[in-house]
Amino acid sequence: MATVEFKGHTWTIDEDGFIDDFNNWNEDWVEYVKGTEGINEITDEHWKVIKYLQDYYKQYGLAPMIRLLTKKTGFKLKYIYELFPSGPAKGACKVAGLPKPTGCV
Amino acid sequence: MSEVPKPEELIKKNYSPPEKPWMETKPEFREGRFCNAANPKWLETLDYPYARSWSVTDEDWNLPENWKDIVLENMHDRLNRFRSLRLFFDICVRCGACADKCHFFIGSGDPKNMPVLRAELLRSVYRRYHTVAGKLLGKLAGARELTEDVLKEWFYYLYQCTECRRCSVFCPYGIDMAELTILGRELLSSVGINTEWIMASVGSCYKTGNHIGAPPHAFKDMIDFFCDECEEVTGVRPRPSFNRKGAEILFIAPSGDYFADPGTYTFMGYLLLFDYLDLDYTISGYASEGGNFGYFISHEMGKRLNYKIYSEAKRLGVKWILGGECGHMWRVLNQHMDTWNGPADFLEEPVSPITGTRFENAKSTRTVHICEFTADLIKGNKLKLDKNRNDHIALTYHDSCNPARAMGILEEPRYIIRNVCNNFYEMPENTIRENTFCCGSGSGLNADEFLEVRMRGGLPRANAVRYVHEKHGVNHLGCICAIDRAILPPLLEYWGIDVELTGIHEMVANALVFPGEKKKTVDLRDRTLKGVKSEEIEEEE
Repeated sequence: MATVEFKGHTWTIDEDGFIDDFNNWNEDWVEYVKGTEGINEITDEHWKVIKYLQDYYKQYGLAPMIRLLTKKTGFKLKYIYELFPSGPAKGACKVAGLPKPTGCV
Repeated sequence: MSEVPKPEELIKKNYSPPEKPWMETKPEFREGRFCNAANPKWLETLDYPYARSWSVTDEDWNLPENWKDIVLENMHDRLNRFRSLRLFFDICVRCGACADKCHFFIGSGDPKNMPVLRAELLRSVYRRYHTVAGKLLGKLAGARELTEDVLKEWFYYLYQCTECRRCSVFCPYGIDMAELTILGRELLSSVGINTEWIMASVGSCYKTGNHIGAPPHAFKDMIDFFCDECEEVTGVRPRPSFNRKGAEILFIAPSGDYFADPGTYTFMGYLLLFDYLDLDYTISGYASEGGNFGYFISHEMGKRLNYKIYSEAKRLGVKWILGGECGHMWRVLNQHMDTWNGPADFLEEPVSPITGTRFENAKSTRTVHICEFTADLIKGNKLKLDKNRNDHIALTYHDSCNPARAMGILEEPRYIIRNVCNNFYEMPENTIRENTFCCGSGSGLNADEFLEVRMRGGLPRANAVRYVHEKHGVNHLGCICAIDRAILPPLLEYWGIDVELTGIHEMVANALVFPGEKKKTVDLRDRTLKGVKSEEIEEEE
């Protein structure tokens, strides 16, 4: 478990770079992690994805399935990859502070 | 995350053995070639020993002081508890029949990926501490001391075995490499060496009932979403029930089928089929996982996770259990559940309520594979099927390792396929049925950080798919395992093969003709049907 510091915050991250606890997420994390995720600028469309992921997580305790994400945001999967080059699970979930799904996925 | 070498690089393999003897070579822990160490929080959740933070690339793995005694004690214990282990250690004559049968050896050229040598990594330690020759003659008798380097080597190679048992098919003595790998992983766990991907899945399953960590209300929400989707594309809204006491059948699927694409379309297929039949079934938010990542690392953990299936069947008072298109679930259910958690004398011998067929083979486990169930429906002429609705699909079939080799589910999926699809082409004979090549990511190795080894291990399977793709224009690969459905798409993409994955019950639902249904123009994935025209012409005639 490594720690990273940015703008006065300290986050503990796992070996894939996900923060250890959703409760430690804040907007500065997005600012910090966008660079390592290959995102130039966080736009309203990024925020739409992030907010949806977080709302779903708060309600259900895990990340939504990709089909729900694309349906609810109206973004095609290909476009989500354009927004988050590592994809919805590895990229968008990481930026939104969610743990990554495990198992047969 | 590590960058995977390009396919042109990965394909360059060196099959010549290293200069030094095998006992003197050490594995190189390079990124892409190992799975990350488990977070201690999962070990604490599961009461696993020696929870601590450590990293595979550290020189010091932070082992407990008396780690050697612990491992040897555990080996002694397993030798007493599992006669199979001692037998597999003693019986191998090193004939080498297994050597080139492992997909990891074929894809990597690393001699320690030959099953015979992978087993020897453990066997050499067994000899040193449990045989007279090994105690007296040491290395001369193929024995060696247990050292930290040996332990690290076990970790490296036991987590480069997918427990697929292809090697066992060719072993004249029937040595079960999966069993050796599982018991070897148990020894590693005894000193707190575990991988994050597996322990996160096991820990989530233990806490919430499934590997993805979906609590019951999330589980229900996902199934409700599939019902909406079914209604949208077919006009039929399935009516599943949740945790319903007194239902005739408890249906259990892998969580991959209700979470990850394209398995989600297979789940829609189950729902539509059951609705068509008006089946008296229920699904459970407690026993919401067919898979069992616990079994990949220990018999005990496998048993703990599997417990929920029989206990939920008992609580709900169902007559028997129907299981979905899951892979290793079927080794557990078919070979272990009865003795681990059974006997299930509170259940009845499964009888299909639609055809009246008695599933004699499930007399003891009281659990039927959905392919057996559906093949029987077709045989009994209980489904109206229009094959033309799958005309946009040219299919080949990957025998998922565990249903094929641990259960002998070989004919049933093929019988279903031939009844729902006009274009079916088999891959070469030595890559299918009991000889099937593993996807390369089974047994909990489907972690992202392990991509290089996965792409190597999946090469023989990908190669066989390429063959039918180029020869027959195959554009879909069917399978009956959720790990397959999740990991074969990136594998085929990596090796440049334009073939999509599908579950068999997705195709069944595509072909199913509902009474008074709305005119079908798209499949479950909302793709335009190619075969619809011929159907209309037939009707006019």
